[in-house]
Amino acid sequence: MGTTTRLRLRLTFPTHLVQEPIVYRLVKDFDIVINIRRADVKADHGWMALELDGEPGALERGVKWLKEKGVQVDPIERDVISP
Amino acid sequence: MEKLNGLRCRECGRRYPGAPVHVCEFCFGPLEVDYRYDALKGVVTRESIAAGPPSMWRYKDLLPVDGDVAVGHHVGFTPLIRAQNLADELGCREVWIKNDSVCHPSWSFKDRVVAVAVTKAREFGFDTVACASTGNLANSVAAHAAEGRLKSFIFIPADLEQGKILATLVYNPTLVAVHGTYDEVNRLCSEIADKYRWAFVNVNLRPYYSEGSKTYGFEIVEQLGWRTPAHIIVPCAGGSLITKIWKAIKELKALGLIDGPTATKMYAAQAQGCGPIVTMIKNDTDVLVPVRPSTIAKSLAIGNPADGYYAYKTTKETGGYGEHATDEEIIDGMLLLARTEGIFTETAGGVTVAATRKLIETGVIPRHESIVICITGNGLKTPDALYGRLDAHVKIKPSLSAFDQALADLKSQTA
Ligand SMILES: Cc1ncc(COP(=O)(O)O)c(C=O)c1O
Ligand SMILES: [Zn+2]
Repeated sequence: MGTTTRLRLRLTFPTHLVQEPIVYRLVKDFDIVINIRRADVKADHGWMALELDGEPGALERGVKWLKEKGVQVDPIERDVISP
Repeated sequence: MEKLNGLRCRECGRRYPGAPVHVCEFCFGPLEVDYRYDALKGVVTRESIAAGPPSMWRYKDLLPVDGDVAVGHHVGFTPLIRAQNLADELGCREVWIKNDSVCHPSWSFKDRVVAVAVTKAREFGFDTVACASTGNLANSVAAHAAEGRLKSFIFIPADLEQGKILATLVYNPTLVAVHGTYDEVNRLCSEIADKYRWAFVNVNLRPYYSEGSKTYGFEIVEQLGWRTPAHIIVPCAGGSLITKIWKAIKELKALGLIDGPTATKMYAAQAQGCGPIVTMIKNDTDVLVPVRPSTIAKSLAIGNPADGYYAYKTTKETGGYGEHATDEEIIDGMLLLARTEGIFTETAGGVTVAATRKLIETGVIPRHESIVICITGNGLKTPDALYGRLDAHVKIKPSLSAFDQALADLKSQTA
């Protein structure tokens, strides 16, 4: 692996994604190393605070894929400001 | 007096030295300032507080500031007003307005948090402060940075209206307009906060910054004569203010400064178009579902609030509740407060008044108990919300007869 970067993100999963192996796909398809620090996954909703290590391009693609799947991706700090 | 133990993780309890850090390296939970209450008890008294300045700094012993106050010496100690006209209109006995629409210097309660954050930034030796914001926070950071002779970087989404930007630009910060979605502005700011050694008031200084909100709660209690009201209604965005007002009450109680029981119930007020915290409360779930905001209450438009869970817990723990307000109800709330009490608040205040009205009308808040409504921002900053909503005034020629006629017309209209 070349240079790697680290991202700290909070993922929020809507109901229809709780059952899917999202994290597994992220590791396997994008070659990202994942370290889950805290999580709360219920039957119909869930979130995970995690650290991702990987090549910058891989992280970008991974995050893009997550968003396309419908996962909400926020910085660990959240308080996402809006218009 | 050694009053601080440094920081402590709110989730796992790990301790950290007092540094500009905000996330627990172990569990990514939020860090909080840890006080030595045993050392404060008996030292912080009603008398010691009353002997302090007429500003939020009369509670300096309960704030995470070790040295001298660097900026914002006149922030806070805003009026607590007995709002009898509003009470009559709402059909209640005792209503109070805590009026931070006149907080010095930038007309919102954000001056309280920023005064602490910028003082801390100086204490830690930073030469630059920063924030991501679209409103009150931007104004306040730019103003206090100017006073403290610090550089400031304010990050905003590029397509913000010019009017909003003006009240920030006037203080001469570096305003960075980011071309991208709001999502991207946020992620960028968290990456910038990681990379540059700047004091991001609501990122790496957040544990200190948020403590400033406690002074809003301290003042309510002191101004009520060291008693607590039965109900406090708080506008929520990130969800920090409501948790800190409650923390303030608990601290004063623990220090023995409040007579009698503290049975205050805390209520969250949010817009219908961005109400993830109130939705949690109404559904009685600790799961926050992020929303895409769509409301005129832009200062409250945080779709994924960091302290949403703690705000929910605060209402639950105190036996309070939450209420949404539609855009129409927000305007009505602003107009109601202006018409009854002569106070022009911004949309966030409209949200709070509207939510209070609903909580009373649905019987959640009993009419005979004491109520404090938190008014946290000034209406003159966001007049856009009212454009086209108010009746035209009377226009006449400069003659007495023209006026007489206009007056007669008005009387017949209202008759
Ligand atoms: C005027 C006003 N009131 C209330 C709030 C809510 O504060 P918090 O983010 O701590 O919930 C904000 C800002 O976010 C605000 O600008
Ligand atoms: Zn922790």
